[in-house]
Amino acid sequence: MALTAPYVLEYTYRRSVGPVVGQFLTGLRDQKFLGMKTSSGRILVPPPENDPETGETLSEMVAVGDAGVVTTWSWVSAPRKNHPLQKPFAWALVKLDGADTAMLHVVDVGEGGMEKMSTGMRVRARWKAERIGHVTDVACFEPESPQAVTR
Amino acid sequence: MSEPKPKQDEPIKRMLAPVRLEFTVSAGRDKTAFLGAIIEGRILGGRCPSCRKVYVPPRGCPTCGVEMVGDIPISDHGVVTTFCTVSIPFEGQTMKLPYVYASIVLDGADVPIFHLVDGIDAKDARMGLRVRADWRPPAERKPTMESIRAFVPTGEPDAAFDTYKEHL
Repeated sequence: MALTAPYVLEYTYRRSVGPVVGQFLTGLRDQKFLGMKTSSGRILVPPPENDPETGETLSEMVAVGDAGVVTTWSWVSAPRKNHPLQKPFAWALVKLDGADTAMLHVVDVGEGGMEKMSTGMRVRARWKAERIGHVTDVACFEPESPQAVTR
Repeated sequence: MSEPKPKQDEPIKRMLAPVRLEFTVSAGRDKTAFLGAIIEGRILGGRCPSCRKVYVPPRGCPTCGVEMVGDIPISDHGVVTTFCTVSIPFEGQTMKLPYVYASIVLDGADVPIFHLVDGIDAKDARMGLRVRADWRPPAERKPTMESIRAFVPTGEPDAAFDTYKEHL
C-alpha cells in the first residue's frame, strides 16, 4: 500500500473588478441589483462593460428587481464542500424583473427537493444580513410565496 | 481568509477570488519503500539495469526509461557538490539565516539529494565538503526527509573534484 498525503495548492488572489462590475458589486452590498442599458434599450444583468452587439462602451446603469423567473436550472443532490449551500439545491439562471438577460445563482427550495423546481417559477433573492460586495451577498434565491406574487 | 471590510459608503473595487486545489498525493511503490526506510534510519536507492546508475530516491530511470531493480542500500555519508546560501527571509521559513542548502551525492549514489547543511558557518560551505546525515531520534522520525535534521560535516578531508565531477 503506497503512502499518501494531503496536498493543497492555493492562490489567495484578490482581483480588481473594474468600474462596471464594481458598481454591480457595490449595488449588491446595498441590497440591489444593477443592470446595464444598451443602446437598443435592453437591460443586461450582470452588467457588461461593452455592448455585446455593437462593442460600444456602456455606462448607463439601472436598477432591476430582486425577484424574477428561473429560465433554466440544474439540480445538485449532493453538494460539495465549496458549494454555496450545504443542502440539495439548484443552480439556476434567473431573469430578474426588468432585466432582459438571466444571471446564474442558486435556488434553495426550502423543504422538499427537485420536484419543487420548474422552469418559469418565480424566485426572490434572500439577502445576507452582512454584505461585503460579492455575489454571495445574495445567499440564494427562494421560491416566491404565492401571496407575494404581483404581476 | 479575511478581507478588511470595505467602508459601507465606498465603491467596491476588489474582490477575493481564491483558487484552491486539494489533492491526495501518492508516494507510489518506490518512494513508499524509500520513506519507510527513512523512518528506520536507512536510505534506499535503485539501480538502473541499463545504465547501471543508482538513483536516490529510487524512481524509473529518466535516461533509459526503464524500471529500476532492487532496494539498494545507500550510505548516509556523502559529499557536497554544489550549494546555495540562503540569506533572504521568506514566508514560512524555519531556519535561522543565513543557512546552507546543498546538493549532496551520497556514497554509492549517482545523483544528488537536496538537504540542509548545518554545523558549519555558511561562509565555510564549499564544494567537496564531506557530510553525514544527522538523524532525528527514532521516535521523532516521520516518512519525510525532515527525519534527517540536516547534514553535518564529518571532519574528513574534502573530496577531490574529480571524484564527484560526474555528479554535478
